[in-house]
Amino acid sequence: MSDLVLLVLAGIFVNNYVLSQFLGICPFLGVSKRVETATGMGVAVIFVITLACAATYLVYNFILVPLGIEYLYNIAFILVIAALVQFVEMFLKKSSPSLYQALGVFLPLITTNCAVLGVAVLNMQKNYNFIESVLNGIGSSAGFALAIILFAGIRERIEFNDTPKAFDGFPMALVTAGIMSIAFLGFQGLIKL
Amino acid sequence: MEIMNIVYPMLSIGGLGVVLGAGLGYAGKLFAVEEDPKLGEVLEALPGANCGGCGFPGCSGCASAIVAGTAPVNACPVGGAAVAEKIGAIMGIEASTSEPTAAFVKCKGTCGVAKEKYTYFGLDDCVMAMQLAGGGSKSCTYGCLGLGSCKKACGFGAIEIIDGVAVVDKDKCVSCGKCVSTCPKHIIELLPAKKKVKVECSSKDNGKGVMAVCSAGCIACKICEKNCPFDAIHVVDNLAVIDYDKCKACGICANKCPKGVITGKKPAPAKAEAKQEEAKTEESKQEQTKSE
Repeated sequence: MSDLVLLVLAGIFVNNYVLSQFLGICPFLGVSKRVETATGMGVAVIFVITLACAATYLVYNFILVPLGIEYLYNIAFILVIAALVQFVEMFLKKSSPSLYQALGVFLPLITTNCAVLGVAVLNMQKNYNFIESVLNGIGSSAGFALAIILFAGIRERIEFNDTPKAFDGFPMALVTAGIMSIAFLGFQGLIKL
Repeated sequence: MEIMNIVYPMLSIGGLGVVLGAGLGYAGKLFAVEEDPKLGEVLEALPGANCGGCGFPGCSGCASAIVAGTAPVNACPVGGAAVAEKIGAIMGIEASTSEPTAAFVKCKGTCGVAKEKYTYFGLDDCVMAMQLAGGGSKSCTYGCLGLGSCKKACGFGAIEIIDGVAVVDKDKCVSCGKCVSTCPKHIIELLPAKKKVKVECSSKDNGKGVMAVCSAGCIACKICEKNCPFDAIHVVDNLAVIDYDKCKACGICANKCPKGVITGKKPAPAKAEAKQEEAKTEESKQEQTKSE
């Protein structure tokens, strides 16, 4: 049981997908100008990664492994994730317009988020069982949400600072991301899995 | 056996694709939400520049607000009357033809005309200059600083700093309002582009105060107010203000202004009077038709 808790915590802090493994950098830099949108993106990613972990686990263990075609996992996962996101988007649009309003814009963006594929692939490589896969998904996507929300908060403050012109805007964001990444390095080695 | 190495992946991945595709197709029908078809049409009609000039997040935000009825059909300031008409046709509302507007810098205090308190050697930015004592180097606290913050803000290259004062090129201006919100002196306004009569001063100082700092400022003498045949110009807080609903752009005020602060002078006063008469006859005609 404590292993499972540790798995989630490790996903959030130690193996943070953005800041330690450099996956999902595109939305991390792109959708982090406002805390509000960053929160929306973060929640949407949690939602999708958790579902994707479950779906890819099933596809891998019940389709790819029995047929002996594990080497096709990349293609199969991309296919499943893209279809899943599309489906989630349609489902939300119909069943919960308010949730769709909040997450709708971000869902298509997540289709091409490499963090989603990354978590699925790592689950497979580490031979996690179903529950571990899903929990790892929750943990690592929560880590993504944490990172992007913190980052957006910092960027909002930096925006009004008097930065040198050469650093104005995007360069400053990259520098900030780098320093945040170093800060998260402090968690390294806290939890060994 | 070797052939199976090819067949299995093809069948499984292909099958997965077909199943997922069919599932999505079915889900698409099952979860189809009846979206207002107008939304797409309105979005099509908008310029698609996503400039945010309307105050909504991009053109799609504006489109959904228009369809929802929370924004008028002429919400897009960039598209102007042409777009408003198109959207009006889609929405089935007659476009309240918004008169095309353009940004206008309400200051005439060029170098030599307006006095300077001190020589400014700072960053070329009005907001920076504003933070200094007295709000910039110009003696007139209302005047254009001429450091070009509005020029930098303009995405259409419509603003030039000419002789120390920002000037808007009406033909290039799309009336997005970026400069209006940028100007720290708040002297840029969106005014009807066609009407040439505009008060080129923002000073709310009294006549004496204005005279001391600028030779081209409104001194609140009220000559324009007395001479306007349409009751369209009034001196409010020591500054002439034009009511563009009433203004017929006859140019009388511009001709009478002793300081030449009002633009749109007509070369011959006789002509202006003739126009004024024309306007009057038009008005009376309208009244006649109304009474009929």
